[in-house]
Amino acid sequence: MRRGGAEPEFDMSDIFNFCRRGVESIVDDEVTKRFTAEELESWNLLTRSNYNFHHISTRLTALWGVGVLIRYGFLLPLRVTLAFTGVGLLVVQSSIVGLFPNGRMKNYLSDKVHLMCYRICVRALTAIITYHDSENKPKNGGICVANHTSPIDVIILASDGCYAMVGQVHGGLMGVIQRAMVKACPHIWFERSEVKDRHLVAKRLSDHVADKSKLPILIFPEGTCINNTSVMMFKKGSFEIGCTVYPVAIKYDPRFGDAFWNSSKFGMVNYLLHMMSSWAIVCSVWYLPPMSRMEGEDAVQFANRVKAAIARKGGLADLLWDGGLKRGKVKEVFKEEQQKLYSKVLVGSSEDRSRS
Amino acid sequence: MGSRASSLLREEDIEEIKKETGFSHSQITRLYSRFHSLDKGENGALSREDFQRIPELAINPLGDRIINAFFPEGEDQVNFRGFMRTLAHFRPVEDNEKNKVLTPGEPLNSRTNKLLFAFRLYDLDRDDKISRDELLQVLRMMVGVNISDEQLGSIADRTIQEADTNGDMCISFNEFTKVLEKVDVEQKMSIRFLH
Repeated sequence: MRRGGAEPEFDMSDIFNFCRRGVESIVDDEVTKRFTAEELESWNLLTRSNYNFHHISTRLTALWGVGVLIRYGFLLPLRVTLAFTGVGLLVVQSSIVGLFPNGRMKNYLSDKVHLMCYRICVRALTAIITYHDSENKPKNGGICVANHTSPIDVIILASDGCYAMVGQVHGGLMGVIQRAMVKACPHIWFERSEVKDRHLVAKRLSDHVADKSKLPILIFPEGTCINNTSVMMFKKGSFEIGCTVYPVAIKYDPRFGDAFWNSSKFGMVNYLLHMMSSWAIVCSVWYLPPMSRMEGEDAVQFANRVKAAIARKGGLADLLWDGGLKRGKVKEVFKEEQQKLYSKVLVGSSEDRSRS
Repeated sequence: MGSRASSLLREEDIEEIKKETGFSHSQITRLYSRFHSLDKGENGALSREDFQRIPELAINPLGDRIINAFFPEGEDQVNFRGFMRTLAHFRPVEDNEKNKVLTPGEPLNSRTNKLLFAFRLYDLDRDDKISRDELLQVLRMMVGVNISDEQLGSIADRTIQEADTNGDMCISFNEFTKVLEKVDVEQKMSIRFLH
């Protein structure tokens, strides 16, 4: 039955919908829970995964105590030693390789050095990684994109293949490592001031990609760490360059240790200590078949297509929300979209008339 | 160890909330976890900013009004009891609902109370009447810039005309209830709470 007339149809009960949706989002929403570690169904004897503490039994507490002894007394010192060894070797050896003249020998040595040191670091975290579909591994002249859960993602991927890293120049120990790495093979480090200049960033990335002798670039388009239950909006920058994209999905198994870095709660050192005192870091890596931008597809659509593929493979929720919401406010434009939608419903009948 | 969410909620509190709101024990502990995760300042109470941090609520055109409904008159902190009391309005009405509510009066999720919640979203100055201005304000919030003032004005006038029975050019709660008597309020103003 047609609701007659040119008059918009407003009902006082129209607000019920907004009310209900609003209260639903207060009770549970899709976004805020992505920025804290995933809740486990059963406890894994780590205090930090304990959400609903109540004393169950003395035996469990005793087990937990034994666990603490093993983890902090035995595993942690072992791992810390390995970590220092790995990083130290990386710095020293890549500096040595840097002394070689550019050429195949240097590239070969650089690859070996990087792989060896990353693999030591992987042991330092007791990361148990399963790589799937290695035939799709990224090749030179392409960009590798992956979902981001923690800085460890880099170590996990780089211990199975050689990548050119992208990042901001840091000071301190990180800076030392960065400078050493770049001596052995080209990585892309940006000064803080350069990061804001999108054209500059895009140019450097395209230049690198155009040079087929350089390694594939590793980028995390979400721009921030998400808790590995979902994939959030991919920033379109890397998808505008127009080269082949190699998507990679990384899924951690949180039962042995949650790898998510909640950077608003824990600093880097704290985080690394957590990692090295967990039972293990277990994860799966899937190399997806390469994708390119199709005719008539713009960067955003391409980014969403890649994101959907990664989410599907890793068993993660595919969200359109921006990971930047971890720290920032949502843009007004989304509210305006909601308002526009409702206005259409309201004056829908008169719009149809004006078209005919 | 043990400084996590539910250990701060005592059994007596849970029982009282159960009686007042009708939620089950597990629903209350689950909502307490949620309350705790929204409470970034960790001071046992939520402020308006804590609510606005929820993106899906921030983009809701009536988001601010809904947030307002949680805060008692003139206050800007809401504790867990207040939080639950407001949420209780949206608890679904079960067919065979045995009244576990021992407090006198209607349960918080009755049809009347649900309607009252909605009425208060319109009635900003709490004078128990929805004036033309108040109606216009809510309409403007819902449509943004997409409808002209004149059109909005005529929508408001027509709505008041249809609802107003005593000729005071405002909509009282009774008139509001009458207009919506055919609407399935229980279903539209209820949300599913996981057990």
